[in-house]
Amino acid sequence: MSTRHILLGLLAGGPSHGYDLKRRHDDRFPQARPLAYGQVYTTLQRLVRDGLAEVDGTDSDGGPERTKYRATDEGARELAEWARQIAPPAPFVANEIFAKVVVSILAGGDPDAYLRAQRAAHMARMRELTAVKTAPGADLATVLSADYALNHLDADLRWMTTTAARLTTLTAEVDSA
Amino acid sequence: MSSKGDTSVPLLEGRDLGKAYGRAHGRTEALRGASLRLDAGEILAVTGTSGSGKSTLLHCLAGIVRPDTGAVSYRGERLDQLPEKRLSELRRTEFGVVFQFGQLIPELTALDNVALPLLLAGVSRAQAHTRAGEWLERFGVRGQSELRPGEMSGGQAQRTALARALVTGPKAVFADEPTGALDSLASEQVMTALVHTARESGTAILLVTHDTQVAAYADRELRMADGAVAGAEVTA
Ligand SMILES: Nc1ncnc2c1ncn2[C@@H]1O[C@H](COP(=O)(O)OP(=O)(O)OP(=O)(O)O)[C@@H](O)[C@H]1O
Ligand SMILES: [Mg+2]
Repeated sequence: MSTRHILLGLLAGGPSHGYDLKRRHDDRFPQARPLAYGQVYTTLQRLVRDGLAEVDGTDSDGGPERTKYRATDEGARELAEWARQIAPPAPFVANEIFAKVVVSILAGGDPDAYLRAQRAAHMARMRELTAVKTAPGADLATVLSADYALNHLDADLRWMTTTAARLTTLTAEVDSA
Repeated sequence: MSSKGDTSVPLLEGRDLGKAYGRAHGRTEALRGASLRLDAGEILAVTGTSGSGKSTLLHCLAGIVRPDTGAVSYRGERLDQLPEKRLSELRRTEFGVVFQFGQLIPELTALDNVALPLLLAGVSRAQAHTRAGEWLERFGVRGQSELRPGEMSGGQAQRTALARALVTGPKAVFADEPTGALDSLASEQVMTALVHTARESGTAILLVTHDTQVAAYADRELRMADGAVAGAEVTA
């Protein structure tokens, strides 16, 4: 995940200060991990250092002074370039659920019980997300992010279901390796 | 939500259900000791691998198939022991069913399909049509009222089937893969409409599906394996 490109994207809508960027990030990406203010601040400084953003004066609104930032032309080019690049389609399988199942087989644990419990947790989260998504008046950002999460949890679940069905074979393979 | 304790009388309960198909040789035990309870207004998803007995369980609970062993109780009354006449009356007045496809009558328009259960219940033609129209509206297919099932998209036909299942104000709706033939957006629209209207009218739903995104609309999920309900119930 590229915080600098996301901030550049938010700056494309016009100059903003750090607090405002954090708030808009958390609104736009409602199911994402909230940005830490410190992370916003450091990222902005790096964008300025690299010539992708610049200071656009300060803004006080009666409260403490806040530095406003805007994207430079180079920043806009960088953003367009990044948005065009395809993301590598899952080059490595680095998933905790997968790892736990394999390790559990290696260590003679009970992967079946683990999978059942994990399934219950996944389903509970999917129910929450479905409720969020179908609540009256849910905005587009919320619906899109809930959809994204639901589809990924669904993919995990399908993998877990297939794995549970394969477990006997899989156990035999790992044991003989 | 399943807010009632285990001591209350459930809306519907299946206990230790057994059902076998076929003769002595090629016998298939579709159900072997399946149990579940459905509370009033509850939405319960039943999932499980293909052939695990989900549809057979739904058919037994809906009074479409009689189990070989075990008991089905509807509000404390033994459904599996009711005479056929009383059973079909109960199915008509208290239950609604929706299957994956094929349950609409091809010769009738959407409006007539939805009005049919009301006409069978003795409601006047004019009133049946008014109410059928209102239900088509709730499922967003009023504009398709005059179309026959063959002229509708899968999603439109499915919403019409849901309107027909709910038009008599049933206490329980049995839905077997209601979104099985739909893409994910159409499936979302059908599920949202179904869950919304069920919650509004306090209708319980037994939802058989292999789609976890559809199961996530339910309050609770039960997994079936080998003709029985597997593992602990997982509550919302
Ligand atoms: N009418 C029937 N005659 C003979 N066998 C049947 C009949 N109905 C179901 N079975 C058998 O009973 C078992 C359970 O079938 P059922 O339709 O209940 O499974 P299911 O969980 O609904 O599967 P699916 O997800 O594929 O719809 C299967 O082995 C099936 O072949
Ligand atoms: Mg089935």
